[in-house]
Amino acid sequence: MQTYESVLQKVCEILRPLVPEGQKITAETDLVADLGLDSLKVMKLVETVEDSFDISVPLNILPEVRTVEDFVLQIEKISKDG
Amino acid sequence: MTIFDKFQPLAEARRELEKSASNFFNVVLEEIVSGTEAVVNGRRMILAGSNNYLGLSFDSDCIEAACRAARREGTGTTGSRMANGTFSGHVALEQELAEYFGRRRAIVFSTGYIANLAILSTVVGPGEIILLDADCHASIYDGCRLGGAEIIRFRHNDVADLEKRLGRLEKRKTNVLVVAEGLYSMLGDRAPLADIVALKQNYGAYLMVDEAHSLGVLGDNGRGLAEEAGVEDGVDFVVGTFSKSLGAIGGFCVSNHPELDLVRYASRPYVFTASSSPSIIASTRQALGILRTRPDLRRQLWENADLLYQHLQGLGLNVGPEVSPIIAARHENKKDAFALWSGLLERGVYVNLVLPPATPDGHSLLRCSVSAAHTREQMAHICKSFTEARV
Repeated sequence: MQTYESVLQKVCEILRPLVPEGQKITAETDLVADLGLDSLKVMKLVETVEDSFDISVPLNILPEVRTVEDFVLQIEKISKDG
Repeated sequence: MTIFDKFQPLAEARRELEKSASNFFNVVLEEIVSGTEAVVNGRRMILAGSNNYLGLSFDSDCIEAACRAARREGTGTTGSRMANGTFSGHVALEQELAEYFGRRRAIVFSTGYIANLAILSTVVGPGEIILLDADCHASIYDGCRLGGAEIIRFRHNDVADLEKRLGRLEKRKTNVLVVAEGLYSMLGDRAPLADIVALKQNYGAYLMVDEAHSLGVLGDNGRGLAEEAGVEDGVDFVVGTFSKSLGAIGGFCVSNHPELDLVRYASRPYVFTASSSPSIIASTRQALGILRTRPDLRRQLWENADLLYQHLQGLGLNVGPEVSPIIAARHENKKDAFALWSGLLERGVYVNLVLPPATPDGHSLLRCSVSAAHTREQMAHICKSFTEARV
């Protein structure tokens, strides 16, 4: 079972190549407003997260995901529920 | 703050594009000369991006059938299929589609977009799952959103990825509908349908295939990829459109599940839309008859497809992975794509310019689609124009 911290760290690692170099990423960072992710980059993020955590992320949850933390909590939930 | 503030990024993107590509927003077909030619901005153009695969939009028998129906039954039905909008022509077309596909049931919808909305929002619901190919058409995504099912994407044409996801879902013990397309609309590549059918059967899932671009194009009888791949029995729902090979507008779903008829009562996109006008139904019935009896049109279509694909490949353009009547040249940046598109327009050739995010992988696309009705001279002119306009 992965901890919140380890999931957060992994998501930040996955995000890094998708955003400008030096961009600060924290749990509170807004994926669109702060990082400027467009729909293609969001889907790339989802695919990489799915591979890393061996899960399938339903598209239905994406409207609820605003910050990095929102996404981390969803990943934890999906990993637990299967 | 106004309700239009959220459109500002769009307005900015349009302003930016207008600086270099103003005529992108000014393509109006002022006069339609034939299924393959029109006058745009006062100039005659060869239409090489119209999805009119068999050229039937200008077939004289189809036009005559439409005119006769309009005179006999009026210009519109002014009602839903559930109310006063089911005419004998709608029922006859459903019977003809069922017979053509060798299926027990068929439903006709007012557009292909509505067909996808109707089926996907109705046959699966809350607690059930849709597994769709990432490159599926927007109407498939919208149909998924309209229903309450959980929506999961698998990587485009990646059978291993699909299997991984089906495996993960096994313990959920719920219904899963896999969705793929016969020919993908942007790059013209086929789904690996035999493999998808095998997986669907192994995991006890259902399968819907959208044959919008493959009807009349693939298979000995033109029934699409499922026919070509020899797996029609493994496909639960075939969805398609009348707006491509059949030269009109409308959509359908055929299935061997007799419960398909119940969708009529449960589907909001079916119930709350006016039905297709009599002229559309009449021309579609005529076109379906032609599609079934004129395999020569398919042969001509593929000859033209092969010619243009080989030519663009020979020019070093980054074309899709296989020959098909949809031939797309991918460009890393919008500027190059627009320059080639403009160059073609100047030479009297219209193709589709498709920009991200509407494209599969962030590339800008020059999307051509050829027709059986393109003459040798027209094909030669399209090829020559690409050679000259290539930057």
